Formats: sequence, C-alpha cells, structure tokens
Amino acid sequence: MAKIELNGIRKTFDQTAILKGIDLAIEDGEFIALIGPSGCGKSTLLRIIAGLEPQSSGEVRIDGVQVDGIRPSARNLAMVFQSYALYPHLTVFDNIAVPLRMRRHSALARMPLVGRLLPGRARTEHGIREDVERVAAQLELSALLKRKPGQLSGGQRQRVAVGRAIVRQPVGFLFDEPLSNLDAKLRVHMRAELAQLHRQLKATFVYVTHDQAEAMTMSSRIAVMIEGNIVQIGTPAEVYENPRDIRVAEFVGSPKINAMPGVIREDRGLEVLGRQLRLNTTAAAGRCTVCVRPERMELGHGPGAIAGIVTHLEHLGAEAFIHVKVDRIDLPLLARVSPDQQLPEIGSAIHLGFSANAVRIFDAAGKRIDVTAPARSERVREKALG
Amino acid sequence: MTPRPRAIVWSVARHSLLLAGAAFILLPFVWMISTASKPQTEIFTKSIHFIPHSFALWDNFATAFGKANLWRFLLNGVVVTVSIFVLQVLIALPAAYALAKLRFAGREVLFALVLFCILIPPQATAIPVFLLFHQFGILDSYAALIVPFTISAFGIFLMRQFFKTVPDDLIEAARMDGISEFGIVWRVMLPTAIPALTAFGIFSVVAHWNDYFWPLIVLNSEHLRTPPLGVASFRNEEAGTNYGPLMAAAIVIIAPLVVAFLLAQRRFIEGITLTGIK
Repeated sequence: MAKIELNGIRKTFDQTAILKGIDLAIEDGEFIALIGPSGCGKSTLLRIIAGLEPQSSGEVRIDGVQVDGIRPSARNLAMVFQSYALYPHLTVFDNIAVPLRMRRHSALARMPLVGRLLPGRARTEHGIREDVERVAAQLELSALLKRKPGQLSGGQRQRVAVGRAIVRQPVGFLFDEPLSNLDAKLRVHMRAELAQLHRQLKATFVYVTHDQAEAMTMSSRIAVMIEGNIVQIGTPAEVYENPRDIRVAEFVGSPKINAMPGVIREDRGLEVLGRQLRLNTTAAAGRCTVCVRPERMELGHGPGAIAGIVTHLEHLGAEAFIHVKVDRIDLPLLARVSPDQQLPEIGSAIHLGFSANAVRIFDAAGKRIDVTAPARSERVREKALG
Repeated sequence: MTPRPRAIVWSVARHSLLLAGAAFILLPFVWMISTASKPQTEIFTKSIHFIPHSFALWDNFATAFGKANLWRFLLNGVVVTVSIFVLQVLIALPAAYALAKLRFAGREVLFALVLFCILIPPQATAIPVFLLFHQFGILDSYAALIVPFTISAFGIFLMRQFFKTVPDDLIEAARMDGISEFGIVWRVMLPTAIPALTAFGIFSVVAHWNDYFWPLIVLNSEHLRTPPLGVASFRNEEAGTNYGPLMAAAIVIIAPLVVAFLLAQRRFIEGITLTGIK
C-alpha cells in the first residue's frame, strides 16, 4: 500500500508543454480518478508515475521514496492498459504468471530448457501456480486458464489484464482507460467489479478516464486535468456541485451545464440575460458567466424566468431533456425533467427558471466567483422596518 | 444468353495462355527429370522425347551418389543455411526492435543507412570481403560461407516494419511486468513476429541454399562444397559429359526446397504476401 506524491511534474515533447507543473498527493488506499478531455496530459501523467516515460522536471515519490530513474518494474506498481496488452502467444495462465515468473525465478531459471533442470525451480513454479489459480478464482477465470487471449471476449480479456496486475500484489494500481474498449453494458458491469476490487484490495488506485461516469461512480476523489494542469481536486460531489473553474463545470456533468452571459454590476448585484438575480458578490464589476445544471432548471413562470422556444426534445425513459433556444445565446439551454410531467411541444414558447442556490458564477477568466444571497432575515427585517 | 459462347471462347483462350506460360516455366524441370531418367544412349538422340524408352532414373541416382559425396553437399547446405538464418535472427531482431520501438538520437539516420545497405549488391563487396578473409586466414571454411551473410539489412528492415505494427502497450506491459529490453525482444516480440520471421526465413534459406557465386569464390576444398557448387563440379570433373547422373544430382539438391515448399505452401504464400515483394 502506498502514498504517491507528485511534485512539480512537467513534461514537454519537442517544446510543446504537455504537463505544466502537476502537484498531487494520492493517499494510501485511495481511488483517485484523473479525468479530462483527450490531450489534457492525463495518460502522460500516469505513464510518468509508472516510470514508462521520464518527466522533464519534478519528482515522483512512492511511500516517501523518490523513484525517478527507477525502472517501471521496480516501482512495484501494476498497470492495466486500454488495449489490455495481453501477450497474444501465451495462455491466460501464463499471462497472469509472467510478472511472478519474472520476480521469483532467477534469470537462469527462466531460460528455456536449461531452466527446467535447476534445483528449486519446481517449488517456485508450484507457488506461482497456486497464486495464479487463486487470482483466477477471484476473477472467475478458472475455466479459461488454458485459452489464448484471442479466444476471449473483451470483458474476459479485461479481467485477465486485471489478474496480471493484482497477482503480484503491487502497492498501487494504474488504470489507463481500461473500460473504453468495452460495450456500454459491460462497462457498467466492470465499473462495479473494479469498485468492488478496490474495496477488497484496499490498494491505491489511480484511474485515468475521459468518461466522467466512471470517475463519478468509482473514485473517492477526482482530479480534473485541463491543458496540462490539475484544475480541481475533490470528491465527485464536490467537483460536480462546486466547480472552481468554468472548464471543470463544463467538462463534468452530462448533459453539459448551461452557460449564460451575465454582468456583475457596480452595486455588487448580478444580472443574467438582462434579468436581475437576487444574489450579491464581492467580485469586481464586469462580465461573467452564469451556469446552471440542467436538472436545476425549472419549467414555468416566475420572477426572473427566461423565455425561449423549445427546439428539441429527448425522451430517455427515466428522464427527458428539453432544448430551449433563447435569444442572445448560441447554444440552446437544456432542462432535465421527469418525463411524468406534461412535456412541451417542439416549437412552443416556454419559460425557464432556477433558484438562486442553483447558480454558479464564473468571472471573465473562467474562475469561480463566490456569491451570497442577501440574508432572508435581513430582508424580513427591512420589510418589517419599512 | 448470347455472351455465353463468347465467354467460353475467352475462357479457353485465357487458359491456353496460362497453360503455355506454365509449360514454359516447367519445361526445364520436366527436361531435367526426363534426362535424369534416360540412359546415356538416349540423351544424345536427334528426336525429342520426354518419356524415356528404357527407365534409368535409379541407375543415374546410383551413379550420382557413387561418384560424388552428395550427402556431404546436402549436409553442408543445411549447416550453412541454418547457421546463416540463426545468426541473422540473433542480430536482426534486437536491431529491428531498437529501430522500431526505442527512442534514441540518430535512429532515423541509422534506419536510412540500413535501407541504403539493401541497395548494395553482394557482388560489389565480394572482393573486399574476400581480401579481408584472406587476411584473417578463414578462406575455404564454413566461417567464410556463413559470416558475410550474418547481418542482413533486408532482415532488419523487414522485422523493423513488422515490429512497428506491434502496439506500444504490449511492450510497456512487459516493462511493468519486469521483462528486460532483451527479454522483450525474445519473449514478446519474437513470438508475435512468427509470420514475418517465417517469410524472412524463406527468403534467407532459399537464397543461401541456391547461392553459387560466393561459395565458388571462397571454397577450394571439396568437402565444404554447398549443393549447387557440388553439382557444378560434378559436371566438370566427375561425370564429364554424362548428363544422366548430373541431372539426377540436380534433382537431389532441389528436392529439399521443393519438399519444404509443398509442406509449408500456405506459409510461403502468407510470407510473400506479407512482405509484398518478389
């Protein structure tokens, strides 16, 4: 079990900065997901932790020990690849046994033919067999041990790759988009299996994905990476509810958060699409972006409601998305509603509202602005005084 | 229904053309077998006949094996071709792996040099290599037959192209599992490259089994002769103008390749389509 610390990791390929100074402390036994759009550097970061790629500067520590320049196998981490990377010429048993054989046998004992004659090899091999069979039983692969990877389904190959990773009991696991080659149904199933595996092993998991559903459902913390920086780290709920940057707000959550142009007035008040919000801020006056999650959008009139035209409806059974075109915004606003209620017709005029606590405000640079609702008690007192 | 007869005519024409081509290519082989089956008296007749009047194939074989040490020539052929291929693989695979998968300064230049080496015909370097071997004193030995071919630029190129298609993930998984770089070449790359290696093996074995030029230059001793050289010397010294046993000996030396082809026909075709040449 291990704590993995990254300090000031930078990586440049041919003068293109891929990672721009990553600091991250991954606690022992934590399941952390690195998410971000493709090309944000998350896979590169994982490969630097693994030791497959040298960083341009900065250091990686595993359990307090600096591991820069130490070979990948000596870092005692295991990695599961997107393509599974099973040895195509070896059976499932041999695939899982490879890391054990490389560790437990001497170089001479691994030689073909000659190795078999070495004393003690049979005993070690027996131990390897036991370990492989234990792991295979755990992953329900016992019946498949004699097959080659080519004869397995995607989900089975995935489990073999996991088996090869867990068999040598490493201190940490690195996953590089391990589920993205599976079909949707299997992906949901494997998500549950991996989360279960993490609870069983209690090892450190670092999980790279661009699929936020995987990150949200499995991890204890999410690190959102954008353009070579970690923009926010937090629990899935924190990242979803309290994005510190508009890029985080837009990347996390599907469908995407609604963004509307707004203004911070000189008197600290806020306006969106020309309507006043009952919120105050301490930020400087200027342009801002007002964001609201689709499920916090409410249909119907109300103070400050926004008028628009329904352009598209998506009925998904459990929920429905209403696309509403509003003047002065290019993208339609989305409302996520329960399909129980009467859905508006396409082309009909509609009003959208949202409560003050559903609003997340970002300044022109994309940073989150804290807002306060004028205290109700104050208002009550004002009323009382008036 | 009108195009039907025309289609038949076209089909007949096409097949006759192909048959003529096949006959043209097969004729020397048929002639060789025919001559090998005839007694001396029938070979030098004016009339052309393929089927011998009196069947003398076994006599000719007996004469051929009696007059020269054909078994020794075949053994030499096996020793030389197998040694060359094994050494070529030992050198080409690590080199190809480095050129395909490792990142180091000057890699592209090195690869360009390998490509350049493919362009150099072996005859161009024959004299310098001969002089070099004379200095080393290894002329007229197995080493002289094997050493010049141990580094195959074509082999490095072919394996490098194949290794390029092996996913990087597989190599990185091997590194995570603790396999060394040389271990990756032999334990991971070699097993995945069997089709390419078979293709290369075919080219290498055929080329060196049939090679006449280089053994002719470096050899004096009769006991080291490779099959083509053995048969050629047969003609000059042993059999004189006796073409029956000479053709019988020729059958013996091409037989291993023909048998190998028949046994591994599918692999041959796979290998040649894989490399897309010859």
